[in-house]
Amino acid sequence: MLLQIKNLHASIHGKEILRGVDLEVNKGEVHAIMGPNGTGKSTLASVIAGREVFDVTAGEILYQGKDLQKLSIEDRAREGIFLGFQYPVEIPGVSITNFMRTAVNEVRKFKGLDPLPGGEFLRLMEEKKRLVEITSNLTNRSVNEGFSGGEKKKNEIFQMAMLEPMLAILDETDSGLDIDALRIVANGVNKLRRPDNAFVIITHYQRLLDYIIPDFVHVLFEGKIVKSGGKELALELEEKGYDWIKKEQE
Amino acid sequence: MQPENKEIITAERFISLFEKNRAFLETFDTKALVKIREDAMASFTRLGFPDTTMETWRLTDLEESFNRGYDYHLQPFEDVDAQKVFRCNIPHLDTAVIGQLNGWYVSKDVPLMELGNGIIMGSLADARKKYPQLIEKYFGTMADDAGEGFTALNTAYTQDGVFIYVPDNVKSPKPVQLINVIHHDQNLFLQSRNLIVVGANARLSLVHCDDSYNHQASFSNIVTEIHVGEHGVMDHYKLQNLNNNSTLISSVYFRMEASASLESHYISLNGGLLRNNIRVLFNGPHGTANIYGIYLMDRRQHVDNQVFVDHAHSGCTSNETFKGILDENARAIFNGHVLVRRNATKTDARQSNKNILLTDTARVNSKPFLEIYNDDVKCSHGSTTGQLDPESMFYLRQRGIGEETARMLLMFAFADEIVTKIAIPQLRQRIEDMVKKRLQGELQICEQCVLHCSTPEHPMEFQIDMSKI
Repeated sequence: MLLQIKNLHASIHGKEILRGVDLEVNKGEVHAIMGPNGTGKSTLASVIAGREVFDVTAGEILYQGKDLQKLSIEDRAREGIFLGFQYPVEIPGVSITNFMRTAVNEVRKFKGLDPLPGGEFLRLMEEKKRLVEITSNLTNRSVNEGFSGGEKKKNEIFQMAMLEPMLAILDETDSGLDIDALRIVANGVNKLRRPDNAFVIITHYQRLLDYIIPDFVHVLFEGKIVKSGGKELALELEEKGYDWIKKEQE
Repeated sequence: MQPENKEIITAERFISLFEKNRAFLETFDTKALVKIREDAMASFTRLGFPDTTMETWRLTDLEESFNRGYDYHLQPFEDVDAQKVFRCNIPHLDTAVIGQLNGWYVSKDVPLMELGNGIIMGSLADARKKYPQLIEKYFGTMADDAGEGFTALNTAYTQDGVFIYVPDNVKSPKPVQLINVIHHDQNLFLQSRNLIVVGANARLSLVHCDDSYNHQASFSNIVTEIHVGEHGVMDHYKLQNLNNNSTLISSVYFRMEASASLESHYISLNGGLLRNNIRVLFNGPHGTANIYGIYLMDRRQHVDNQVFVDHAHSGCTSNETFKGILDENARAIFNGHVLVRRNATKTDARQSNKNILLTDTARVNSKPFLEIYNDDVKCSHGSTTGQLDPESMFYLRQRGIGEETARMLLMFAFADEIVTKIAIPQLRQRIEDMVKKRLQGELQICEQCVLHCSTPEHPMEFQIDMSKI
């Protein structure tokens, strides 16, 4: 099992957001987490990635059998956890090339590998750019600076492709995307699917799931997973909205 | 002549020393220069050294620096091998490197170089003998002897320094690098005086470095006057990498004639107490001045940038962008003063100062200030002080970048806005490298900003190890 979340409770500034989440993800699987706004979807992603502003008050997260809470943000990333941000941060002055070279080489160092030689690194960048149909020259551009919404999300998938994570959590990667960008992002994800990795896709709408077919769909509501099913659950949610979930819970 | 012994710095010391050595100081003076000296000494006697009761010195207390006690020499002293200090042959005029040791011009063969195109560069002491009329025309016409005690003292004691003259319509083919190294086995007070004249339609790039060679305390009072003629272009770089026991009072006076343009970069990498007085006078319409600064300070280091831009004519544009990163107990002061006079219509003036404080004990006092006596102007000012952005930190670390490296990347990115403005590619790379080393705590104080010389023992390479930042 790649990821096992047991009875996870998490809060921010004393306010409880996650109230007992249970989730199991195996290699080769794609899970979709859906739910109304403000029910804790992004919090779940942030807590797995180790964002320090959240306090885990109960429960545990096991990743490849290891207790994630004992690992720093960067060590979680180096162990293969990737978070695709809902709002990627603009970092003026840090070039994408330098950022990715630093990231790739720090991950390699963690795994006991030598840094990637410059030429090889640049070839890798070109290859992964093609995967997400990035045609512009990124070399001299700062991370996300002045990027459109679509470019930022493509850049997230590009980074994911560069780092080849075991577990990728994509937090509302579809939000703010037009249909072309959505297709490109989804294609990128599909090409990166392998029997030995897994994806957790957080989305508010069903539309991304037309392109990335999930194995499991979960509904997160008021800090708990209240319903799980196959891909047909997403269609049901699309049809009926979230109200029937709310009613069921009452 | 014996050096003055290690005494503390007081106005009285310099007033009486002046009286005792007046004849000696005046040896090569023209009548006009004697008068300038005399007036300057009268100003100094009236002004004395500044103290914290004065508004522009309120936050920079020199008492500790003054009380260390310093030798002061009225003649060059050859106790060190200049060749060794500069770590490479000081090349001849074609490479355009000028060396100063302890404030004295270092001449290998020629104290004053005359290039075929009319450019003169070399020792101010020699220029005073050889070109008295040229010196008289410009010397002392920009420096504010009447208002600044340090400047008045410097003028009164003028002996040596660097003189650069670029005639009208001449573009200096290479950047000139002026390296001022301090190296002495005793605490040293030193003064040097530089005069730079860029003619009408002329162009000069000047890289001016202040470097230490050891950890001995020093107190430098350096005054530089820079005249930029009509449509002249001046590209100016000031690099400061001094030891933690050094005090540097650097005053640069720019006079910009009509349509002249200036880019000035202040890069403060290290130093005990650094004070930059930067004064720009628009002496004609349609001038441009961009003044950039970056300071990276830690321990108990203190940096004080005082920028005064005098928009005395219409249609001039000025822009000040200063950024700083302060660690441990460092202290920074930014005081930007833009004066827009009544007749200076169509003025465009901007000021910005941004700081990152890495500790609770680092401090910044930032005061961008506009004084405007005209309605037809575009002016803006802003100041921010904060920590490294936690969102950016999380983003970088989520990609596997360690906390320390992520901090380094963000700090370098912050500084980079200023570094990228450097127009000379090799210099930009060299400074990028120095900034990275500085942020990583690896910059040596004797690491000089030498650009041009390369020897087998000290090869000049500007490679940056990308994997390390």
